[in-house]
Amino acid sequence: MSIRVDHISKSYKDKIVFDDFSMDLPAHGIVGLSGPSGCGKTTFLHILAGLIAFDSGSITGISGKRTGVVFQEDRLLPWLTAAENLDLVIKNQAKTTKWLEEIQLSDYSDYYPSEMSGGMKRRISLARALAFDCDLLLMDEPFQGLDDVLKDNMHKLVLREAQSKPVLLVSHDSSELSELADQIYQADGKSFSLVNYHEND
Amino acid sequence: MTENQKKTRINARKYGKVRHIPSPANTSRTHWYWIPVALFWLILWQLLYMFVHQDLLLASPLQVLESLSLLCLQADFWLAALYSLLRIEAGFLLAVVCGTLLAVLTSGVGWINHFVYPAISAIRSTPIASFIILALVWMSSSKVVIFIVFLMVLPIVWTNVTEGISKIDPQLLEMAAVFELSRRQIFRVIDIPSVSPFFVTAATTGLGLAWKAGIAAEVLSTPADSLGGRLYEAKIYLETPELLAYTVVIIVLSLLLEKGMVFVFRNTGSYFRHHGRTELAADTLSQNRNGGTAR
Repeated sequence: MSIRVDHISKSYKDKIVFDDFSMDLPAHGIVGLSGPSGCGKTTFLHILAGLIAFDSGSITGISGKRTGVVFQEDRLLPWLTAAENLDLVIKNQAKTTKWLEEIQLSDYSDYYPSEMSGGMKRRISLARALAFDCDLLLMDEPFQGLDDVLKDNMHKLVLREAQSKPVLLVSHDSSELSELADQIYQADGKSFSLVNYHEND
Repeated sequence: MTENQKKTRINARKYGKVRHIPSPANTSRTHWYWIPVALFWLILWQLLYMFVHQDLLLASPLQVLESLSLLCLQADFWLAALYSLLRIEAGFLLAVVCGTLLAVLTSGVGWINHFVYPAISAIRSTPIASFIILALVWMSSSKVVIFIVFLMVLPIVWTNVTEGISKIDPQLLEMAAVFELSRRQIFRVIDIPSVSPFFVTAATTGLGLAWKAGIAAEVLSTPADSLGGRLYEAKIYLETPELLAYTVVIIVLSLLLEKGMVFVFRNTGSYFRHHGRTELAADTLSQNRNGGTAR
């Protein structure tokens, strides 16, 4: 059963974040969400992750589904090494090692977040979500701070995961979204509207 | 990783950010530094003694050393030191356990805090002498010491641990919820590392205060076999060198225990050690303690 967002609204005090927003998440593939800062992208993502409540409307097909999230902040445990941060979620040392290789951080497995660059931390955060055995992947600016080569490599990993599950990708980068996403929703004042629909090759 | 990167990393770990902060606690890490410092204060003490020139008012460092070596030969002295240590540590440990449990309780159940907070505030602002005199009416002199130490340390532990719990990063808890970490994992990898710097601060400050409060209670309640009781006797018989010798013993015992505790904290739990938070807490504590006074 696919996930359906039906006429949901959210406001903080008197400020409407978005109003009467509906969308269908496909069974797999990437859905992009774009718009200026403060338009409610992260709020919507957190609603889908079950971290905050919405005011009205309904979300169906999400109950009982596991959700992996790449947060806007890295949210790594500062007292655990890169490998320990990953292993906490993966719970399998061999898989952790494999993921560290995939994100090209094998040499930095025993580094603490305070010893890593922003891009390294971002990759750990990304790998943590990708490695988590989930039914829905939510990603908030997951490629921030990565150079073009690393971005390309990470894109491949995300596209691979998107073959088996729906991925909601929040990004400011429109070229990135058009390269990766099958559908793109753009903020339009009080809500988001579908601006582009194409099947990726 | 290049050799250069490795070297930089080793240096970064060896000389962690916290160690750049100039403080007496940090400078004392350079081994030889304490020798000229100690000599300076000993010379100043000797000069002051020569200036005052009355043994009754101020004993010389040598007189104190002589008195101290005589004390060390007495079995009674060691017994007094042992009993004082046991009483003070019992009160301290009781306060650490109860203060931590109370902090967990008040952080979890908000309304209990409304009852606990005024009580803690009252304990904090009441002069220690009032408690000692009151406690002398209620219980035996040995128990008075334990009770007073407990009463003085409890607010420190409760306040710090409560603050630590309130500072647990909600974003990390959200992350833990999303990735379905168990309650046990959250406790191990988020709760304990987040609260530990505050706990270390509380324990180190509390230990210093425990000795000040404990000895003050012993002086007023004079239990058998106690350093405080002997301190009081030395004062009664105007034995100034002995009085200062006991004071030196108390300071050394207190410092040794504090250093021992910091050592244990520094070497317990890799995540505290590498993050450097414990060191920061210990340094802050040291400063607090040096600036703090027993009421």
